[in-house]
Amino acid sequence: MIVIEKTTPLSSVQDLGRAGGLHYGVGTAGAMDPLALQLGNALLGNAPNAAAIEIPLFPVQVRFTDDCCFAVTGHDGRVMLDDVMLPFWWSAQARKGQRLTLHASSRITRAYLHLPGGIDVPEVLGSRSTQLRGEFGGFQGRGLHSGDRLRAAAPQQGGPVGFGIMPPWSALGVANTPVPMIRVLPAAEYDIFTEVSCRAFWHQAWHITPQSNRYGYRLSGEPLIAKVPLEMRSHGIVPGVIQVPHNGQPIIQMRDAQPSGGYPKLGTVIDADMWLLGQIPVGSQVRFIQVSYQQAREAGRQQLAYLQNAIAQIACHRRYAG
Amino acid sequence: MDLAQQWEKPQLSLLGTRALLFEAPGPLGLENQQRIWALAEYADGLPGLAESVPGMNNLMLVFATPPEEPEQLFTQLLSQWRLNQRKTLRGKTVELSVHYGGEFGPHLRDVAEHSGLSVSEVIARHSAPLYPVYALGSHPGYCYLGNMDPRIATPRRQTPLISIPGGAVSIGGLQTGVSASAGPSGWNTIGHTDFIFFDACARPPVTLLPGDNIVFNAVGVSA
Repeated sequence: MIVIEKTTPLSSVQDLGRAGGLHYGVGTAGAMDPLALQLGNALLGNAPNAAAIEIPLFPVQVRFTDDCCFAVTGHDGRVMLDDVMLPFWWSAQARKGQRLTLHASSRITRAYLHLPGGIDVPEVLGSRSTQLRGEFGGFQGRGLHSGDRLRAAAPQQGGPVGFGIMPPWSALGVANTPVPMIRVLPAAEYDIFTEVSCRAFWHQAWHITPQSNRYGYRLSGEPLIAKVPLEMRSHGIVPGVIQVPHNGQPIIQMRDAQPSGGYPKLGTVIDADMWLLGQIPVGSQVRFIQVSYQQAREAGRQQLAYLQNAIAQIACHRRYAG
Repeated sequence: MDLAQQWEKPQLSLLGTRALLFEAPGPLGLENQQRIWALAEYADGLPGLAESVPGMNNLMLVFATPPEEPEQLFTQLLSQWRLNQRKTLRGKTVELSVHYGGEFGPHLRDVAEHSGLSVSEVIARHSAPLYPVYALGSHPGYCYLGNMDPRIATPRRQTPLISIPGGAVSIGGLQTGVSASAGPSGWNTIGHTDFIFFDACARPPVTLLPGDNIVFNAVGVSA
């Protein structure tokens, strides 16, 4: 078991998200960086969908009340077990009474803390993810507070620790661009925007404003002007959809986004780039690059192949090192 | 401006590789919605789809895996639509007591100004109809309602608000609804009601379903 000693309420328990509730108005929620979630689970030998603690603001400190192994993935900030610094994207063994402190990173937003078997919270409507809007799922349907005590689902689950993996931003070669490039597929109302606005969308670097969170990333830049002001009938949307309200400043739907919307949709961030977008810090910039449906589909396939390969390698290491 | 009125045939589009959107043409109404409910039932039987999500005279279909050729699915849906099948749902009717205006209805005057009506006329027109639940969406338990008087239609706000409280009765374009819990909204809030729309532990977790009806009963007005 761990006791949270220091956190902000923006830390939350997340798995891969909740499917099948959209027609009840229940959005997917789930980890903003599903690659980090699944790779961290692999480090401990957990199922890919096991729940972890997602941490967007630091420092966060937890105390282990028993001997327990753990892994930290997601960001590249300092990870301290008592006064020993651990490599990032690493698994380790904590002894009873030890404190784990996670510090901020300047270029990657979110860290994930994984425990053996996942964080032990009840499954609600098919998922352990926190549904903040609905106040259910996760740990008591809310973000974490100091004093909260969370349990590992399989505290005795064994296996080797003291190893890690290369983070996806290095492995996939996206670490070295000063302004990250996010791939976008044009959406239904793309053509209602003026040519100047469409060009501006692809050519300018967009600022991620401080009003950005798990619900949506609110961008600022040269406003996008529709040829005619449109009111769409409310319709289903998914994370990644870029809506443009009347003020011309786009909003990208993220994992806590509502499952329906009514503003014109200029495009959709492809699924394969949602983890990267979810890791770009508030206050920095992004650029968008246009892709076709088949390119988006291929990107998804490549990412799945990368993930399956990495998970297989970790499983192989666990088998022979253990 | 409501584009769908001018379309001659349904519009199909992709939401990335995750879903497609089918939008019915013509006036927003129950007849179109019954066709959407029928189309959703048809789509539930198709392979490769994870969930069908009816909206306001439209239908989102979530892919289990991105289809190789979405155009094939588009063609299937269009031929099914042309069969003109309808599904009739007859549910319960609930009466919701609403306090209009004041602290919990900060945009009531904006709606009156936009529609050129007095505040009491807006309230009278808002609380007159029987509103059928067309679909759920937005947030857990939230009901999209049909049948609002177009005279009180008011565009969504320039900039969405970061949070409005649960129970907020609001108007966005040609639609009205009640927030089931606190959260962000781009709509105009005109009043407040106490009603529980969602319970994660109940089966189903929602109080109202498509085919049910809502009546708003004005129990108070603040300037």
